[in-house]
Amino acid sequence: MPEGTVNQGIGASVRRKEDKRFLIGKGNYTDDINRAGQLHVYFLRSPVAFADIVSINKQKAEKASGVAAILTGEDVAADGLGGPICGWVPTNKDGSAPSEPPHPILANGRVRYVGDHVAAVFAETLDQAMSAAELIDVTYSEMPAITDLKTAIDSTQIHDGMENNTYFDWELGDEAATNDAFDKAATIVNVDIRNNRVIPNAMEPRAAVADYNTGDGRYTLFTTSQNPQLTRLVIGAFMLNIPESKFRVVAPDVGGGFGSKIYVYPEEAVCVWASKKLGRAVKWTADRTQAFLGDAHGRDHISEVKLALDKNNRITGLRVDTLANLGAYLSAFAMVTPTYLHGTLLSGVYDIPAIYTNVKGICTNTVNVDAYRGAGRPEATYLLERTMDVAAKQVGMDPAEFRRLNFIPKDAFPYQTAVALQYDVGDYEPLLDRAMAMIDYANFESRRAKSAKNGKCRGIGISTYIEACGIAPSAVVGALGGRVGLYESAVVRVDPTGTISVLTGTHSHGQGHDTTFAQIVCDKLGVGIETVEIVHGDSDRTPFGMGTYGSRSLAVGGTAISKALDKVIAKGKIIAAHMLEAADADIEFKDGKFTVMGTDREKSFGEIALSAYVPHNFPHDRLEPGLEETSFYDPLNFTYPSGTHIAEVEIDPATGVVELVDWVCCDDFGNLINPMVVEGQVHGGIAQGVGQALYEEAAYNDNGQLLSASYMDYCMPRADHFPSLKVENLVTACTHNDLGVKGCGEAGAIASPPAVINAVVDALSPLGVTDITMPATPQKVWQAIQAAQTKAAE
Amino acid sequence: MQTITMKVNGVSTSCDVPDNTLLVSFLRETMGLTGTHIGCDTSQCGACVVHVNGKSTKSCTILAAQLEGAEVTTIEGIANGDELHPMQQAFHENHGLQCGFCTPGMVMSAIELVEKNKNLSEREIREGLEGNICRCTGYHNIVKSVQDAAGKMGG
Ligand code: FES
Ligand code: FES
Repeated sequence: MPEGTVNQGIGASVRRKEDKRFLIGKGNYTDDINRAGQLHVYFLRSPVAFADIVSINKQKAEKASGVAAILTGEDVAADGLGGPICGWVPTNKDGSAPSEPPHPILANGRVRYVGDHVAAVFAETLDQAMSAAELIDVTYSEMPAITDLKTAIDSTQIHDGMENNTYFDWELGDEAATNDAFDKAATIVNVDIRNNRVIPNAMEPRAAVADYNTGDGRYTLFTTSQNPQLTRLVIGAFMLNIPESKFRVVAPDVGGGFGSKIYVYPEEAVCVWASKKLGRAVKWTADRTQAFLGDAHGRDHISEVKLALDKNNRITGLRVDTLANLGAYLSAFAMVTPTYLHGTLLSGVYDIPAIYTNVKGICTNTVNVDAYRGAGRPEATYLLERTMDVAAKQVGMDPAEFRRLNFIPKDAFPYQTAVALQYDVGDYEPLLDRAMAMIDYANFESRRAKSAKNGKCRGIGISTYIEACGIAPSAVVGALGGRVGLYESAVVRVDPTGTISVLTGTHSHGQGHDTTFAQIVCDKLGVGIETVEIVHGDSDRTPFGMGTYGSRSLAVGGTAISKALDKVIAKGKIIAAHMLEAADADIEFKDGKFTVMGTDREKSFGEIALSAYVPHNFPHDRLEPGLEETSFYDPLNFTYPSGTHIAEVEIDPATGVVELVDWVCCDDFGNLINPMVVEGQVHGGIAQGVGQALYEEAAYNDNGQLLSASYMDYCMPRADHFPSLKVENLVTACTHNDLGVKGCGEAGAIASPPAVINAVVDALSPLGVTDITMPATPQKVWQAIQAAQTKAAE
Repeated sequence: MQTITMKVNGVSTSCDVPDNTLLVSFLRETMGLTGTHIGCDTSQCGACVVHVNGKSTKSCTILAAQLEGAEVTTIEGIANGDELHPMQQAFHENHGLQCGFCTPGMVMSAIELVEKNKNLSEREIREGLEGNICRCTGYHNIVKSVQDAAGKMGG
């Protein structure tokens, strides 16, 4: 919507309320916070991937200048502290429970990845802590590192008591029916898929400032979290045994998360623990190297995919066998990401009668792997959308038409997939048609020919995706091994003068909730956006909520706000009825006014608010003072955004450099609250997916050393890697939440990698290249061309 | 330890700084100007960009002690009272920021870029911002913001 818009309600591209503080340097990130008398902590990390700790000699370091204390795994064990826990645990296919080996917050006798925490050094300054850490003498007895997914199963056990270095062995779907589909298939398509390991790289590194008040016995933790209430629960109840009421967790401004700031890591817990133990506030801020080594990584799957087609090229069956690398310890959502957030999405936007999948979660000497923007759904989409292209080629169909043929038809909703989910609504063909029109798909071959004249290979790649967002109905979560409920909470607090605070259990770290959520309030109450404040991120102020991830904030948190607003309006009507001496049922609320229906007798929203707090003659038997309402909303289903993304690339065969030359997408996120914010989310998601497809790779060598542990070795997407992105929307409204919204935060990252790789393979197919693994770096592309040409020459 | 005198956001200041203090630490810790951020340890993300004598400079890559007599401008120093700098305003209008962490460095880099050449092509803007990483926006709206600001800054 153009500048100067007056509409501030649902559907308006309102400029963001939160921008100003960031633009003038007045954001308040965790590292901007300091407490009087604070110590700085530096973590000595393991330089080896797999070893027994023979001894730790810290005497010299303890005497170094400025050092207050050095704590190790022995201290953790002596104090009986717990470690981070797994929040969602699926059942093995044989009905047994998965392995959940302990994760000590400081290594106890054994280190399991490069970067594992060996000692925490506390000093007056960070420099002093770092210098002292160098004086700690640790003797390791090294064992061969296990980094390869395929051989990990037959290697030394990384954790005692675990078998085959396998956390779980899980399945979903009907294996017999799927086998039957393959027995009867006219065509069988086989594809090997590798989903590369990537590092989230939120631009703000993780940080924590912890303070213990001996006066009231309360702890305060400021931390970079996407879900401060969960952080409080996990650290308080499972790690340090702190009553929740004695523990305040604040996630102030947070500089991006993308999943990596969902989890509780050892560092935050160590800061809280030490703040009491040492009697001083403790501050920790990761540098980028620590972020590379210690933040949970994403993806890292290998899959064997088999697709069965009948003689009309309709898909009849799909089988996917996946090994998922989960790293050395289990992170909070590590088990659910490759299982219930992956296997359940394997039907994509297609009508597939039989699906079976088996996923094994593997332990290796690498840092933990957990949900990263999209979480399981990008992995599912990548393997399915690559397979769709390979299949189309195998049967000689255009990839767009092969997809169209297999789409779930518009009239088939609600559609029950073969992998547990029930899609409520969707319409996939118009999304495909619009995206094809946007990129002028029909005339692609002439563009290809033009590029060829310049010695370049041009390719086009489609991805038609679906995702399950708005996690999640607590009953479903509970039935599938979740240890939490995934409702969301909201308090709408109307002040006596009519200003409004909305306290939400979600957290904003770039998503623009301050604005989008306020728009819902404006829309419902007819007030100006400047009267609304959105409060999030402080466990002392907000109701218990589950935080922000899984594109859930609007679909679940926004709906909770909407429901609390409904309650405010309902109470306002009773107050108005009392003031206007009318029956409750005769009051209607519209445009910010309570009116006795069919009359001109009315009270403004402000008058009702004031009266709620100055209740001089309220009938107390039926009307309490105050105007504040709470809602805990548990969603009825997941939401199912979908869409089509199309990438066009140009490749220089002499160098292997892939240039992204065009990008279009048409998404269906249901109703949009703020189209400008939605578009921004899509842009960011696409960039992360393109990063994974073309540039990013977390590379470990055989010794378990992370080779890509800095921005010199890990290629981040930059401004000059992109063309202008063309983003459009169509709407089928979600059928089961009040706002008709679906969520948009992860879509770009889910849709984009297969679009890029399909385009790259399409560009190179005239040279005989049939596949390329992510990231399609110049070296890999060049080698693929050489290999194909050598083969052709033979 | 050295005593240095420099102008920060137009105000002259004189301080004792240890020889190994980076400008970014000096700004954040000594001056309390926490708008300038630290996003990496290899001089590659641009979150720390400030202007030193009018030039975009990665403040993680220069020592405070090197700056005797210098004029340093940070994100806190570019608005005119309540009136945002055209670049700040353009980022707001075009949704050029999400989490805001890269934003100060991005804005400072973009200002110098536009001041040097007000008729930048989209390609030139993209190449000019190559030293600043943003993980949130996909750069699309940052580029739009810079184009918009360039117009308002007299392009
Ligand atoms: S902090 Fe990354 S370039 Fe300065
Ligand atoms: S806005 Fe978050 S890193 Fe750029």
